[in-house]
Amino acid sequence: MAHLSFFKHIASVGLFYALAGLIGCASDTVPPDALLMKEPTTEIRQRQARRYATTDEKQVIIAAAQLLQDLGFNVDNSEKDLGLLVVSKDRSAVDGGQVAGQIAVAVLFGVRVAVDKQQKIRASVVTSLSADQKAIDVRVTFQRLVWDDRGQLSKLERLDDPEMYQDFYIKLSKALFLEAQEVG
Amino acid sequence: MFANRFITFFLCMAFAPTAVLCGCNSAPKVNEAEVSLKLRSIQTRSYDTTNANNALRVAMATLQDLGFVIDNADADLGTVSATKLDSAATKMTITVRMRGKTQILVRANAQYRLLAVTDPIFYQQFFTAYSKSLFLEAHEVDTAAPGL
Repeated sequence: MAHLSFFKHIASVGLFYALAGLIGCASDTVPPDALLMKEPTTEIRQRQARRYATTDEKQVIIAAAQLLQDLGFNVDNSEKDLGLLVVSKDRSAVDGGQVAGQIAVAVLFGVRVAVDKQQKIRASVVTSLSADQKAIDVRVTFQRLVWDDRGQLSKLERLDDPEMYQDFYIKLSKALFLEAQEVG
Repeated sequence: MFANRFITFFLCMAFAPTAVLCGCNSAPKVNEAEVSLKLRSIQTRSYDTTNANNALRVAMATLQDLGFVIDNADADLGTVSATKLDSAATKMTITVRMRGKTQILVRANAQYRLLAVTDPIFYQQFFTAYSKSLFLEAHEVDTAAPGL
């Protein structure tokens, strides 16, 4: 009986080690589906891009830079020869509901859960001459990184809200005194 | 009975960090020069065009199509870097340079979290999308060829 108990110990400990080792290994590989490059839908492209009836690419980039400054972004990088503008802004990510949830969990279970604290919103604007060389295509993409109150990255995501893109192009059209055409 | 369970639990907890670290411990680094030659051919394609500026612009458009946000670009040096944020960050750099008088070489490399991406399928997918946008056919590149 004593022998059986001893083997049980060994088996339990061995299984635990194997699992722990696997957990250690898991972070060392790229998940096979993580790098799948999905072709974009026309819908996404239409949401992110507009065409303006001008061939003055520099004017479009300047207008976009000014608009993004209006929206609180700082310019991180630009390359006129490639029609590129990279911007970002850091803002609070504190959400009232999340904080209330944190308090509720702390009261019920005595455990403190992390809540979002800070976010960085990044965007890149890329301009290019249209295929018929008569207009400039503009495409903007937004993404954000969120950190919690423990300083850990809690969220990494592409921002896909159609209203955000619509609002951006309404303002860009006003700045350029030009009407935006859909692309795609 | 309780004592037995306690001993098992104690043994597991005492050595758990060691086991996790052992799992993390990667194989010794192999000769990186050999790897890089193979990797270089996986990551590189040549195209029959001399318009490097257009090749870079198409690289940016392709990256945007694939969900990346461009981080920076340099027309003179022929580089574009971009990041995609899903559940994790994937960073990618494309470089474009002339090869002889009729071709350009396009090289892409990527990292996923803290890992270098070496899977040929990833680069095949990228170059398929890129070639489609460039309206040109990609040529595989011989790593031993001069100028690579």
